[in-house]
Amino acid sequence: MSGLSVRNVTYHWGRHRALDAVSFDVAPGAFCALLGPNGAGKSTLFGLLTGLFRPERGKLVLAGHDMDRATRSALAATGVVFQQPTLDLDLSVWRNMLYFAGLQGLTGRGMRGRAEAALARLGMEERAGEKVRALNGGHRRRLEIARALMHDPQVLLLDEPTVGLDAPTRHDLTAHVHALARDEGLSVLWATHLTDEVAPGDHLVIMHKGRVLEEGRTPATGPALTAHFLAMTGRAVRADEAA
Amino acid sequence: MKHALSALISICQREGLRFFGQTGRLVAALVRPLIWLFVFAAGFRAALGLSITPPYETYITFETYIVPGLVGMILLFNGMQSSLSLVMDRELGTMRLLLTAPLPRWWLLTCKLIAGALMSVLQAYAFLAIAALYGIRFPALGYLTVAPVLLLAAFMVGALGIALSSTIKQLENFAGVMNFVIFPMFFLSSALYPLWKMAEASALLHDICAANPFTHAVEAVRFALYVQPNWFALGVTVAAGLVFMGIALWGYDPGRGMVRQKAGGPAGS
Repeated sequence: MSGLSVRNVTYHWGRHRALDAVSFDVAPGAFCALLGPNGAGKSTLFGLLTGLFRPERGKLVLAGHDMDRATRSALAATGVVFQQPTLDLDLSVWRNMLYFAGLQGLTGRGMRGRAEAALARLGMEERAGEKVRALNGGHRRRLEIARALMHDPQVLLLDEPTVGLDAPTRHDLTAHVHALARDEGLSVLWATHLTDEVAPGDHLVIMHKGRVLEEGRTPATGPALTAHFLAMTGRAVRADEAA
Repeated sequence: MKHALSALISICQREGLRFFGQTGRLVAALVRPLIWLFVFAAGFRAALGLSITPPYETYITFETYIVPGLVGMILLFNGMQSSLSLVMDRELGTMRLLLTAPLPRWWLLTCKLIAGALMSVLQAYAFLAIAALYGIRFPALGYLTVAPVLLLAAFMVGALGIALSSTIKQLENFAGVMNFVIFPMFFLSSALYPLWKMAEASALLHDICAANPFTHAVEAVRFALYVQPNWFALGVTVAAGLVFMGIALWGYDPGRGMVRQKAGGPAGS
């Protein structure tokens, strides 16, 4: 199956257990919100999903490719937007796109066409000549999403992509990526700690302290989801304290 | 193969754009060796006598002797600059983009190394051109034969830089690298004085200099400038480069614990 599958993944930072037998699936064309407070293990999971480091136990499958055995095929089918910006501030928007295209093995006229189309899709084509340093936070994020889509991935991973953005920009980006999943069949894993980024019908995974507390179709949105999320994580904290 | 080449071209282009976009960087890279050439070497010309040793066939001035060493200095500093840029890339996040490209990690690091080495060689040629204008010239063919040797020497010190960058966690620690790696490597070599001169001062110093791979890189460059191969020096340079590259690959192995920190750690997790 394509999409994304995380099976019994465990990882430690020294003696601290960052991920504890984490398992969930994201179906093709689904938007999965990975909801968790700071320290839940979301970024550790992203590090494993992008091959920056390897899980101690468990299995990761992206777009049908086993991350351990077919790392390169898995990465080729995946677009990533990290929490930390990964743009070269001293290069132009266009040069940043071409640099990434080269790393993905795209060349020639096809590369230019894809770069133009990806920028147009995110409304960034008019800024192609600008230095990234001159862009505001929202445009930088849009550029990172445009770049992540340039090689037509089947899976899109976004690790808290709206950090530091104002509310309207946050809303636009969230809506745009939801539309990508719905209209283009992308499997999206969107890590966040903000409940207002979860839409009705989203697949929801709630993580806390390296464990999956709940997985399934989102039970509610807005304030009701916030209350549910706080109740889940609060309950987990009380259980940990009692233990 | 096509993919690997496109990544190499992209990484070289990025390195070139960054280098030529920072006009001060070329000037800064050249000022250091030029001060050594115009001030230090001129001052020491009278104090130091150099006997005739290969590849020289006649008495030479100290300025002539020191030029290959200063070329080595350019390669050494630029190699460390590359390591600094890797540490910066890691802190700024751009390293993640490189390491998550669907290519073998050894190739991605080799691309980075080749790009840095090409920039080093360009700077070395700019320095040789200024030295020629100053009156220190080598056989015309020497400027050609030195090119592959410069690349190998730049590859060796660049690999050392990448290996070091895998152990440096923060940008601030780069000053420590300057003090503990660049300066000992440069001064404990044949860049400024011939090894026999070192032996006169101290047998131990001579042995340390002879064991320093940078000495062999400088000697390989010196001989190549006179269109003479120094196979032993070249062999040591290549072997040291491969060892440093091995350490660099080990340092950036995703299965190793340290790479987690280098890749940016568990930010926000």
